[in-house]
Amino acid sequence: MKTTPWDVVVIGSGPAGLAAAWAARQRGAARVLVVERNQEAGGILPQCIHNGFGLRVFQSDLTGPEYAGRWERHAREAGVELLLRTMVLDISRSTTCGPGGHTVVAVSRQTGLVELEARALVLAMGCRERPRGALSIPGTRPAGIYTAGTAQRLVNIEGFMPGNRFVILGSGDIGMIMARRLTLEGARVVRMLEILPFISGLRRNLVQCVRDYDIPLSLSTTVTQVLGRDRVEGVIVSQVDNKWQPIDGTDQMLECDALLLSVGLIPENELSRMAQVALDPLTGGPYVDEELATSVPGVYSAGNVVHVYDLVDDVTENGLRAGRYAARYAAHGASAYRARLSIAGDGSVHYVVPQHIHPEALIDGPISIEFRVRQPIEAPVRAQVMAGDNVVLSRRLRYVRPSEMVTLELEPSHAARLRDAQSLRVCIAQ
Amino acid sequence: MVEQRSFICVTCPVGCSIDATLLDGRLLEAHGQACKRGLDFVKEELTAPKRVLTSTVQVRGGVLPLVPVRTRTPMSKGRLLEVATLLREIVLEAPVEEHQIVVRIPKKRGATTEAIEIVTTRGMMRGTEG
Repeated sequence: MKTTPWDVVVIGSGPAGLAAAWAARQRGAARVLVVERNQEAGGILPQCIHNGFGLRVFQSDLTGPEYAGRWERHAREAGVELLLRTMVLDISRSTTCGPGGHTVVAVSRQTGLVELEARALVLAMGCRERPRGALSIPGTRPAGIYTAGTAQRLVNIEGFMPGNRFVILGSGDIGMIMARRLTLEGARVVRMLEILPFISGLRRNLVQCVRDYDIPLSLSTTVTQVLGRDRVEGVIVSQVDNKWQPIDGTDQMLECDALLLSVGLIPENELSRMAQVALDPLTGGPYVDEELATSVPGVYSAGNVVHVYDLVDDVTENGLRAGRYAARYAAHGASAYRARLSIAGDGSVHYVVPQHIHPEALIDGPISIEFRVRQPIEAPVRAQVMAGDNVVLSRRLRYVRPSEMVTLELEPSHAARLRDAQSLRVCIAQ
Repeated sequence: MVEQRSFICVTCPVGCSIDATLLDGRLLEAHGQACKRGLDFVKEELTAPKRVLTSTVQVRGGVLPLVPVRTRTPMSKGRLLEVATLLREIVLEAPVEEHQIVVRIPKKRGATTEAIEIVTTRGMMRGTEG
């Protein structure tokens, strides 16, 4: 069943998708559709019942559900259509709706199988959690091992307690948030473990989720074995050296009936692969430019599907940008740029997004360069964008941490310095 | 007696490390905060620390079995566990509005803080599940 072509189809109604859809309507796209597999909009936000969302975007300290609610209302009031309980199965090139047109095949109980024609697409599928299998933790396969996000869904949406006595592996934000949540619901969090010598999440969460509740945290420590046949009975933990190898003699058994894993998020790009979008192995997400256009004309992407963000406010900014350019593409086709510059991280910079830019785009306004470092430096540093030996821009930072993405702004005034550049590097100077 | 204490401010996601000098428990000087709110945070941590509490309460007859709730404003940190436990006894009837008042918990006698107001953070429609 084919439908009238949409100007922009957005896949995913999380913060990136809702912002992209709203921005597409603001930019003049007449028909904008968001496709969401869940029964309600908001992506992961409905289960993120804690506060800390919207401090920049709304100048308010909102919970996930409040933030999602506002964006859903903004989107609907702007004339965005939402198709809920609808799973996208396939994306392929279409010849009937413009040069970058695509056919999105989706299925839902109400409509059965539908084929949506889109002049432009925004991929906003978010990310998933790294599971135990990916970590290869030895031991038995008892019930009671959950990713922190699964536990969050069970507790906050479905009303189940996944255990009574928890060990949490990983000091990511979701793990810390759940340490607090479970304690408030009457469980005991025995210990939080982190394999690195520093925490992976925000320091505010270390205070308000771990220290406030006297939950012991062990750095440079990991789980080396799971015990229990039908149900988790305990874990063996060991300190590790700087090569993540367990140190002999530091084994300890911790009794618990549940193990929560908060060990990383992975952008969910199955649909991107189907759409033949080129992915960057450093981020796990698509190669994008300053418009958040992917390697496939007409296909844009935004939010955690590109790389994992720390703050929803940054995801929203990203979504707004992608939606604007997707709408422009639907109306006018591709931007006609000549020069293209690749940007990559140097040394201590792990990755940079976007991975390439068109310097001529600076006429439209600033271009955000987002990056993460590999190791923390708890001292003032300079973050620099270099073209060969020339400094394009330099910014003093009070510190850099892997858990906190840094954004540098390339301004229109920098355009002159980019003129003869072959490629750009982002690096940290002390 | 002069004392040095370190704080991590939780007002915004930056989490500034603030080093404070105290004299007999009172704040003399603090540095490390990127904005004025860091100073307010340290002062409050020393006298009457506050946090926002977020949790869920049960809903009867709603699309989902739980609705998320929050304290409208930060509440006394010392009472977090007490209030969280109290919320487990509450059952609302669907439909529920966003920012509907769930319960007002009076302040303790002699406390300097106000009453604690718990509100929902989303609406919940009547449904066949839950």
